[in-house]
Amino acid sequence: MAATDRDRYKTFLRQLQIQRGQLAGLPGWCIRITLVIVLLVLFNTGVGAAVLPEDRADAMHHAYEGGGISIDGPSILLRKSIGESLSFSANYYVDNITGASIDVVATASAYEEQRTEHTVGVDYLNNKTLMSLSVTNSSENDFEAQSFHVGVTQDFFGDLTTLSLGYSKGEDEVGKTGDEFFSETATRHNYSLGLTQVATKNLILGFNVENISDQGYLNNPYRSVRFLDVNADKGFRFETERYPTTRTSNAVSMTANYYLPYRASIYAEGRRFSDSWGISANTYKLGYVHTFGDSWLLDVRVRQYQQNKADFYQDLFARSGEFNFMARDKELSTFSNRSIGLSVSYSHRFNASGFFKKASANLEVDHLQFDYDDFRDVTADAEVGMEPLYALSATVSRLYMSIWY
Amino acid sequence: MKTQAITNPKAYSSCLKSTLLIMTMVLLGGCESIEPWVKPYERNNLADPVMSLNRNPVASTYMHHVYQAREGARGAEGGAGGGCGCN
Repeated sequence: MAATDRDRYKTFLRQLQIQRGQLAGLPGWCIRITLVIVLLVLFNTGVGAAVLPEDRADAMHHAYEGGGISIDGPSILLRKSIGESLSFSANYYVDNITGASIDVVATASAYEEQRTEHTVGVDYLNNKTLMSLSVTNSSENDFEAQSFHVGVTQDFFGDLTTLSLGYSKGEDEVGKTGDEFFSETATRHNYSLGLTQVATKNLILGFNVENISDQGYLNNPYRSVRFLDVNADKGFRFETERYPTTRTSNAVSMTANYYLPYRASIYAEGRRFSDSWGISANTYKLGYVHTFGDSWLLDVRVRQYQQNKADFYQDLFARSGEFNFMARDKELSTFSNRSIGLSVSYSHRFNASGFFKKASANLEVDHLQFDYDDFRDVTADAEVGMEPLYALSATVSRLYMSIWY
Repeated sequence: MKTQAITNPKAYSSCLKSTLLIMTMVLLGGCESIEPWVKPYERNNLADPVMSLNRNPVASTYMHHVYQAREGARGAEGGAGGGCGCN
């Protein structure tokens, strides 16, 4: 076997391995193979009754306030079908970011930047199978991301079961403000499977699995790790963090939605996550939807999230370059968060003979509380390694109008 | 780091079982003889907007983004691809 063939063979074997990140005993390659087989079988069985998404337009203003930063901006979504088998969609989304998070305060100055995202998509209904294709571009002054998504949805068992399969690929170009020679890339692959099951005339169950693999530059180029240095004023210094160049993750979730006899519902969701970096996480969500007459809808919810840190995360390293991989991103630390949310929606149904069918006005607010177990507030005046643990709270709101036509 | 190769018999076995289970479900979907245990005329409650996990896609997509940017976990956010065949 030639050297290049041997290298390719080894690369192939490595791709078939999984370093961790297994879920329910299923490795990542298994999930991918299963998805491909099911996809092939699906296209050879002309059963089901998928439908095109509804024609609608949404205009939203979103705002995030917390941890020293503010992010807000618009999101516009338009969807229109042409004939019986095609539906087109377009989404324009902007994040205006101002302020300085704890990471920035510790190592740099406050900043302002804007992220703009465009998505266009088409859904095609053929032989009662719904196929979806969309492309997305996300642009910042120091980051460009392109991705595409393909998906297929089909109903089975007299429309009681809905199966959705999806694949996405993304390409990132990472730059760094102030360093014109800094240029890195990353590639992402997402494989997803969703199953929705009508269990009774009042209960819908859902099951979702998603495998994501990344390769390339996965750091945030502005984030740093800190290490002990007795010669430094505060007893520590910072240096650029170093991540592995590959990551594979698996997530599985279950949902349940139950109709209550007075036109209300309760819903619950649980998700288990693990990845090849050693992170494992659990998410739980519980909500209640209540209606007042035909027009008003109220949604209250609570959400709980907990994760364990990545293998290469530490709040404080013993020395510079202590390990091959070193990170101090608080998103990779051990932490938990809780959120409580409220949505109010008012809808109005128009005369059936007119162009517009329905309109709604919506306000959603969530309050989030993050508590970090091994990420310390280095801006506090304390002995190195004894600083108080960091915590933040944030308020997230969405105000939007929707119209169906 | 711990690694598990494709040659692991347990991994093969669990993969085979899950593939067979899903394929059986998919293939059975083509059988006309299966009677839906919830009839179309019994799906009024399921079709009500209060039962939709993805009532407002523009808002739910945004919230997924908010959490994904601040948490290590990603993927399998519920609500996508749902429905009860009663649109």
